[in-house]
Amino acid sequence: MASIVGAVNVTHVPYIGRAIANKLQQDPYWKPFFDGFPPVRDWLAKASPDVAVVIYNDHGLNFFLDKQPTFAVGAAPEYRNADEGWGIPTLPPYRGDPDLSWHLIESLVGEEFDLVTCQEMVVDHAFTLPLELLWPDRHPCPVRTVPVCINTVQHPLPTAARCFKLGQAIGRAVESWDADARVVVIGTGGLSHQLDGQRAGFINKKFDLLFLEKLIADPLWVTRYSILDLVELTGTQGVELLNWLAARGALLGEVQKVHANYHIPISNTASGLLAMEGI
Amino acid sequence: MNSGKVKREIPGTTVFDGEQARKGYALNKMCFSFNSAENRAEFLRDQEAYCAKFGLSAQQREAVRSLNVLKMIEAGGNAYYLAKLGGIFGLDMQDIGAQQTGMSKDEFKAKLVEAGRK
Repeated sequence: MASIVGAVNVTHVPYIGRAIANKLQQDPYWKPFFDGFPPVRDWLAKASPDVAVVIYNDHGLNFFLDKQPTFAVGAAPEYRNADEGWGIPTLPPYRGDPDLSWHLIESLVGEEFDLVTCQEMVVDHAFTLPLELLWPDRHPCPVRTVPVCINTVQHPLPTAARCFKLGQAIGRAVESWDADARVVVIGTGGLSHQLDGQRAGFINKKFDLLFLEKLIADPLWVTRYSILDLVELTGTQGVELLNWLAARGALLGEVQKVHANYHIPISNTASGLLAMEGI
Repeated sequence: MNSGKVKREIPGTTVFDGEQARKGYALNKMCFSFNSAENRAEFLRDQEAYCAKFGLSAQQREAVRSLNVLKMIEAGGNAYYLAKLGGIFGLDMQDIGAQQTGMSKDEFKAKLVEAGRK
């Protein structure tokens, strides 16, 4: 049976793509962010996953508002990155794992998650940049991938509790997959930030730090908040923490922190990184 | 439009819900088209014609003409889609943040740095 080696949650700010392209990793602005990654890369090298299930939100590349699924799972042999309109360099394609995709789909639908399935899917910065940060300059990316997309764009969004349960169902699906494969779960986005409105630039360090702590030992803590509570507490885009929560849910037992990093600001965002593994 | 519900107010924040999604559909659809370099070039050649092609309302066309992000949000624009329009004019997220909060870009960036010190 397949096994889950752990989960990594990481911010996906688009301008990270430009910083990577311009090799700004040691620039004073970017250094506190990029310096968080080597311990996580070392851990990944030891854990040697074959596949990454990447839980993220699309920002108007694969999905438009004509059809906005709450949960979507990729089932393609390959996922291409594409022009998002703002000049971030496009990255090479990612290998899929259609066997795991369809196993996930069977299992999740069996657990009453009514998914959208995508045999063709382009992936945006929220999918590509975390992989680029975790496996820099590795093209093709050394892991096969399965994208899982959560709607954090158009309200109503799925509740925190629902996203946690989705993660748990993903965890059960992977553990019941009859394949000799090691799987890492990646949740992307966050932490607190708000791009739009008079409150643009809103950041909530206190909440983020508490969330980072609670996600390890008491992930259900955050489910006490409604989506609108979370918008108020973390910003209109801070609700991307739903992806983190789902990734945490996939680790079914107790977990411990492998490494964490938190830095303000990257662009308009409180950037976060949290790697976890089962005890 | 009347959703028949009392909406929760979050200061300085517009939640992109069904009401916004309905109101902003044409504007967001135009912005979605800016994923294509060809479309971005066509927009720059004749902005008014391009807005008309997507059926933008007068309010939306005015917001686009003045590149006023708060007005675009008022007209139903979604941040992720509006960013694609901003990108055409070389506006990054600090430019957009500064414009919406009435600060200079340096003031806005200082505010973000300050949030890390608290």
